[in-house]
Amino acid sequence: MKHWLNQHTQALGLVLKRMRKNLLATLLMFIVMGVTLSLPGTLYVIVENLNRLAGSMQTDPQISLFLKLDADRSTAAAIGKKLDAHPSVRAHRFISKDTAWEQIQQDAETAAVSASLERNPLPDAYFVTPEILQPDEIEALQAELQQWEGVELAQLDTSWIKRLNALLQLGKKGILVLVALLGIALIVIIGNTIRLQILTQREEIEVSKLIGATDSFIRRPFLYAGTIYGLGGGLVAWLLLIGIIRLFNLSIADLAELYASGYRLDLPALETGIGIVAGTVLLSWLGSYIAVNRSLSQLNYK
Amino acid sequence: MIKFDQVNKRYPGSHQALQNISFEIEAGELVYVTGHSGAGKSTLLKLIAALERPTSGTVLINNQNISHLRSALVPYLRRKFGLVFQDHKLLYDRNCFDNVALPLHINGITGSEAGKRVRAALDKVGLLDKEKAMPITLSGGEQQRLAIARAVVSRPAILIADEPTGNLDATYAAEIMQLFHAFQQVGVTVIIATHDVREIKPHAKVLKLDHGHLTTLRGDQRTQETAA
Ligand SMILES: Nc1ncnc2c1ncn2[C@@H]1O[C@H](COP(=O)(O)OP(=O)(O)O)[C@@H](O)[C@H]1O
Ligand SMILES: [Mg+2]
Repeated sequence: MKHWLNQHTQALGLVLKRMRKNLLATLLMFIVMGVTLSLPGTLYVIVENLNRLAGSMQTDPQISLFLKLDADRSTAAAIGKKLDAHPSVRAHRFISKDTAWEQIQQDAETAAVSASLERNPLPDAYFVTPEILQPDEIEALQAELQQWEGVELAQLDTSWIKRLNALLQLGKKGILVLVALLGIALIVIIGNTIRLQILTQREEIEVSKLIGATDSFIRRPFLYAGTIYGLGGGLVAWLLLIGIIRLFNLSIADLAELYASGYRLDLPALETGIGIVAGTVLLSWLGSYIAVNRSLSQLNYK
Repeated sequence: MIKFDQVNKRYPGSHQALQNISFEIEAGELVYVTGHSGAGKSTLLKLIAALERPTSGTVLINNQNISHLRSALVPYLRRKFGLVFQDHKLLYDRNCFDNVALPLHINGITGSEAGKRVRAALDKVGLLDKEKAMPITLSGGEQQRLAIARAVVSRPAILIADEPTGNLDATYAAEIMQLFHAFQQVGVTVIIATHDVREIKPHAKVLKLDHGHLTTLRGDQRTQETAA
C-alpha cells in the first residue's frame, strides 16, 4: 500500500516539477484546451436557456378564436356555451369587438392608428385555454374550433414556440456533433503533446525499461500529465464560459429593460461545470494513454 | 544460477549473432566474456539480462526458463541484475544523485531510504562528493563509476558490465576493474565483457566467443588468453 502510494506521489511530483519548469507551455496548453471547449459550452448554455424559456411559455398555450365580423351576439353566445361544454377546454375569456376597440383607443401607442380608422375593424374574440397540453391534441382542438360556425380563425399561439423547440432540438444535435469533433481534436492535441514529451524523455524511458521498469511505471507520469492538462483545460473552459455568459448578460440586461423584462441567461449549473472538467480529464487521459502505449510497444522485449 | 543450453540468437535481418551456446555460471563467480568486436559479447550479456530473447535454445536464470517468460514479468526479472552498459546510458539531464536513484524509483523506493542507498552506492565508487554534479562534468572514468553506482544501488545478486573499460586509459581501467573484483569478493556474481585480456584475473571463468561460437570455456585461462 505504502509502496503503491509512493509510486503515485513520486510520478505526480515529477510531473508537477516538469510542468513548473515549463510553466508557460503548460498554461498555453490549458488555454488552448479551454478555448476549444468553451465554444460548445457556450452554445450549450444558450440552448439550455432558450429551452427553459420556451418550456415556461409552453405551459400555457392559448387558442385565439376570432369570430366572423358579421357574427351577431347570439352566435357569440352559442359559441360560448359550446366552449363551456367542451371537455378539452379549461377556460375561455370573451372579448367583444367593442371592448377590444376601447382598449386600442386607450393605448397611447395604438391610439393614433385607431383614430385614422373610421369604424371598428375588430371581430369578437374568445381566448381559449385548453385542458390538454400535448401539442398534437391542441392542434386537433384548434382544427375542430376552426370548423365551428361563426368562427373566422382559430389561431394557436404556440406555433412559434413549436418552431423554436424544433430549432433548439436541432441546436442540441449540432452541439453534440461539435462536442464529438472537438473531443477528437482534443485527444489529438493531447496525444501529440504527450508524444513530444515522450520524445524528449526517450532516453530515460529506454534506460528505465532496460533496468526493469514496468509499462505502468513508465506510463504513470504521462497519464498524470494528461490528467492535469485535462483539469487545467476544463477549468479554463469553465471560467471562460462563466465570463462569456456574464458578458452576454450585460447586453441582455439592456435589451430586457426595453421590454420591461428581467430576463437574463442563467449561469450553468455546477454539475455542468463538473461535467465539463470531468469530460476533459477523461479525454486527455485517453489521449495520453494512446500516445504512451504507441511508444511503449516500440520498446517491448521481443 | 545461469544456464545456457544450445542457445541461438539471430537478429531480424542479420546473420546469426550467437550459435549453439551452452555454459553454466554459478553464484558468486567472476566471469569474463571475451572475443573480437562483433563476436557476440554484448548479445550474450543481453540474453542473460533478458534484454533480448533467444531465437532458440533455453536460457535458465535461477531455474526459470526466460525464453518463455511472459512479457509482463520481464521487468521483475531484469531488476535482479545490475547493468553497466557499453555506452553508459547515463541520463545527462539530471545530476549524479538522480541518475543513481532511478533503479530505486523503479522499485518504488523513494525519500530518505532512497537517499541513504544512493549515497552508499556513490560512496562505494568514490563519487560521494559529486552527488549534485551533472554527469557531463565528470571525466570518462568518473562517468563509468557513476554507471556502476547505478548498477549496484539496488544491491543486485548479479552484476553485468559490457566493456566497462573500453574507452579508458590503463590507470582508470585498472581502478574500474578493481571495483568489480571488490563486488565479487562480497558475493556478487560478476560478468564482464571485455576485449582486453590483460584485465583477466587468474581465478576467473572465461567465455571466449568467435563469430558467434563459444570457442573456449575454462575456469582459469589467463596464460592461454594472453597467448591468443
Ligand atoms: N540489434 C541488432 N540488430 C541486428 N544485428 C545486431 C544487433 N546487435 C548486434 N548485432 C549483430 O550481432 C553480432 C554480434 O554483435 P555484438 O553482440 O554487439 O558483438 P560484440 O559485443 O562482441 O561486439 C554483430 O555482427 C552485430 O552486427
Ligand atoms: Mg559489444
